[in-house]
Amino acid sequence: MSGPAAVQLRHQLPLLGWLVLVWILLWGTWSWANLLSGIAVALAVTVLLPLPAVVGGLRVRPVPLLGFLGHFLLDLVLSGAQVAWQALRPGRQRQSAIVRVRLRTDSDLLLTIIAQTVSLVPGSLVLDLDREERTIAVHLLHVRDLGHVELEKAGVLAMEDRVVRAFGSTAEIAALDPGSDLSPQGRSTP
Amino acid sequence: MSVVVDVLALGCLLTGAFLCLTAGLGLVRFPDVLSRMHAGTKPQVLGVLLVMVGAAIRLHGWSATWMLLLVAVFQMLTAPVSAHMVSRVAYRRRHVRRDLLLVDELRTAEAQDSVHRGDEPADAPPDGRVQPS
Repeated sequence: MSGPAAVQLRHQLPLLGWLVLVWILLWGTWSWANLLSGIAVALAVTVLLPLPAVVGGLRVRPVPLLGFLGHFLLDLVLSGAQVAWQALRPGRQRQSAIVRVRLRTDSDLLLTIIAQTVSLVPGSLVLDLDREERTIAVHLLHVRDLGHVELEKAGVLAMEDRVVRAFGSTAEIAALDPGSDLSPQGRSTP
Repeated sequence: MSVVVDVLALGCLLTGAFLCLTAGLGLVRFPDVLSRMHAGTKPQVLGVLLVMVGAAIRLHGWSATWMLLLVAVFQMLTAPVSAHMVSRVAYRRRHVRRDLLLVDELRTAEAQDSVHRGDEPADAPPDGRVQPS
């Protein structure tokens, strides 16, 4: 191990905390024995199976987080119902589409959250993520016409907006505003 | 009072089971891999969540509740990842009904070569196919 072992440990702390929490939840009861064995297991896991440190980290803002969670739950219920109806609906499957949306966020962790959320909300599924271009390719299950496609793209950007406002740093939130160096529209060449 | 709770739990369990059924139906009825992955994630996740809520209402004791909460969390974390991996591979191997796509911006982007040639399945539609109206 090199010098900045303390820095490394600090990067691993959220992961350690999460592993200990999972361990205690799995046992279902809180006790000192569970806590200590959980810490031991978490340390063993992080030492034996090291993961690259997540840079940046999250800053949780409670009020936007509640808004995001509320939106997310609503979207989850809606999308479940929608896809279920698509599966039950008589007749043939209608048109779908693959679109690319350029995001404005440049953080691994935030992009992960956005991609996860986009996959769970109505009608969209992340196909590909170009990390350098910050574009995600999204498969839309059901589109009516090109106007609808644009609507869905705007929906993805709105989702990004909510995620970044809930978890992002001040600089990342500032990058959301239009008028910064990047155009928020995905490159939609015909 | 307990009757109301039971009815609530019953509603959650039945709705969840029904949603899981529609996920299975979607797998059969949807035309290509990408659409099927939609069926495999959304009604599936919601169904599992509802079953977990129903079970948490019905089962007494916190230890079971925590376990169910973990199941729900991991379901939401893992389902999109697996769906993404499967659909990414499917797209690259051209398991895509291009005639059903209104637009395909992934293909017209400069990342053309991400579609591997010669790797497609025998029943893949021809590559040059433009969507018929």
